[in-house]
Amino acid sequence: MSTDVEQPSEADEAAAIAAPEVIANTLGEYVKIWWTRVRSGESGALPVILGLVVIVVYFQARSSLFLSAGNLVNLIEQAAWIVTLGMAEVFVLLLGEIDLSIGYTSVIGSVFTCWLLVPPDPAPWPLAVLVGLAFPAVFGLIEGVIITRLRLPSFVVTLAGQLAGLGLLLAIINIAAPGSGGTIRLYSSVLNDIENGAMSPLAGWIVMAAAVALGGALMITRDNRRRAGGLAAPPASVTWLKVAAMAVAGVVVVLIGNTNRGVGLVVVSGVPWVILVVLVVLVAWSFLLGRTRFGRYVYAIGGNAEAARRAGINLSRIRVLAFVLAGLTAGVMGIIYASQLGSVSSNVPGGQNVLFAVAAAVIGGTSLFGGRGTMLGAVLGGLIVAVIYNGLQLLGLGASPQYIWTAVVLLAAVTIDTVARRSRTSA
Amino acid sequence: MTTPSADDARPATAGRAAAPESGPSDSPPARGQNGDQPLLRLVGVGKNFGPVRALTDINLDVTLGQVTALVGDNGAGKSTLIKTIAGIWPQDHGEILWEGRPVRLHSPKDAAGLGIATVYQDLALADNLDIVQNMFLGREPVKHWALDETTMEKEAKRTLADLSVVTVRSVRQPVGSLSGGQRQAVAVARAVLRQARLVVLDEPTAALGVTQTRVVLDLIRRLKSQNIAVIVISHNLNDVMAVADRVAVLRLGQLVSVGPLSQYDAQSIVELMTTGTSGRRAAAGSEPSSQQPAGSSSEH
Repeated sequence: MSTDVEQPSEADEAAAIAAPEVIANTLGEYVKIWWTRVRSGESGALPVILGLVVIVVYFQARSSLFLSAGNLVNLIEQAAWIVTLGMAEVFVLLLGEIDLSIGYTSVIGSVFTCWLLVPPDPAPWPLAVLVGLAFPAVFGLIEGVIITRLRLPSFVVTLAGQLAGLGLLLAIINIAAPGSGGTIRLYSSVLNDIENGAMSPLAGWIVMAAAVALGGALMITRDNRRRAGGLAAPPASVTWLKVAAMAVAGVVVVLIGNTNRGVGLVVVSGVPWVILVVLVVLVAWSFLLGRTRFGRYVYAIGGNAEAARRAGINLSRIRVLAFVLAGLTAGVMGIIYASQLGSVSSNVPGGQNVLFAVAAAVIGGTSLFGGRGTMLGAVLGGLIVAVIYNGLQLLGLGASPQYIWTAVVLLAAVTIDTVARRSRTSA
Repeated sequence: MTTPSADDARPATAGRAAAPESGPSDSPPARGQNGDQPLLRLVGVGKNFGPVRALTDINLDVTLGQVTALVGDNGAGKSTLIKTIAGIWPQDHGEILWEGRPVRLHSPKDAAGLGIATVYQDLALADNLDIVQNMFLGREPVKHWALDETTMEKEAKRTLADLSVVTVRSVRQPVGSLSGGQRQAVAVARAVLRQARLVVLDEPTAALGVTQTRVVLDLIRRLKSQNIAVIVISHNLNDVMAVADRVAVLRLGQLVSVGPLSQYDAQSIVELMTTGTSGRRAAAGSEPSSQQPAGSSSEH
């Protein structure tokens, strides 16, 4: 009556597919399992990071300015909005849906924010931000309800949303700032400082240390809880290596940020606030997707909607909520975008921005068919898009190679991912 | 026959005799009259789709710790019957009794609430989620605002171990990486985890090779040994002969024969499925009282 009837090789193969975090007990085992996974196509963030390194090395070889503190901070400021919009898109892409409207709704939200802050009697900036976040969230809610109630494809509904968004943007800017030629300034210094201000060097170190300590503590308590429950936890050496890697990354970022990037006698230094904003969004949404029921259901629906339905999950509610969260995150992007430019104008390329966001998510390993992808992936993918843009600008090349390069990287990312998976399933 | 005979797994309290159809067999299917109540009893259940009578006057008892094989040709009404039990299509006629009490199964939720779990052929697993995530999908425990992964993983491991599913090396591997038998095992384990008392398996071995089929048949035996009632729909008579305690043969929406496995052989089941009668085991109407085998107590 033994059920032990499968070839051991198959079990080994299967073990190679589970995450090393939950089956390895020693460092050696961990590395071995991790490498098997990489070879079988489950490489996680590795190809994105490798790609990023290759591109960075290339640009540094072409221009020694690329890795200068000034340019890296500049790069971070340029990357912030695309990274955030990429994270917004992940919510809906995980469901196998898409949201084409957030490129404009995000900016409309920030128009409201700017409008509320116009002197002589500006609203308090948190209220203005709240309104700026609420508009795209409500827009997402409406789209989500239309998509789920009328069972329309999200592509079409949000394409309509994009067109309507452009129209609304033109109308609202003209009402908010009549006779300005379609531009509204952002008067709040707090909000302008998101992109253009920086923490004091000391504050940078404190924030970094706190973030690393918190991250490390969470990882270690999780491991301990698993060990206490008799489950496989990663070996302590692996956890400490991860904490160390986090610390090194944090130190590098703060060192870069705290390097004087001023020109001439003006001293400009400090980590830009926008890093903190992006980090908070990344951590919050990663928690939401990875550790809550909502997140679990998003992956389940993206993987097999029928299975999710039979498990008693309310598909419509999760779908609508995903569109709301995509809108909310887009609202954050809108504020960052306004902060970067110091104003919002009606000729924002919202349609193009949203496609860059989808590209960022896909380069970062998110599947357009749903069920696969992470917030961190979208951040790394967005960084790649931004690096290409920044590097080519530094080389004095214009928009044309930027688009072509982005296209090549996008295609390469999808190809590598697909080929790796295919080789796994056929093996 | 290498299979455990029907009475291996019967509750010790199994009431004998009185049941009208027990005949000379030494393993009488439990009939309610004397305290050994069936878990599920269908009385005169019928289902129409417009003018089409998909099911007519079905009488069937399902007992804890027994495997009932539901066999029949395509279109015989097997799927309709299990969908009625699963609450997808409520019956038009007749009554369903659960532990002796009449129940209305209007939705899959009603059925699940009673402890009826149906594992359909497509298994309804999300390939991108791991085994634990699939087993707990829709009812994850939450602690401190976050999913309680430790509890889930421990319980999933225990349930799989109870079912002797040992080929899965990590419960954290995605279901998409599992073999067909293992996937079936995960789907069944999910049902067990949800405290199902009746597990309905729709063609569990249809797409499986020889080795994988053995895994699933062993799994069914484990369910039985945990005193869970099992209904298996199968085309494969070898599988039926291997695990069933009782056989119910459907033909054209009617239950043409019900009885302990020992009263049948492959030949007689095929005859019943195709013609509704068998020389070896007399055909019977769906009336329980008329299921008296006409002198063909083919004990092995």
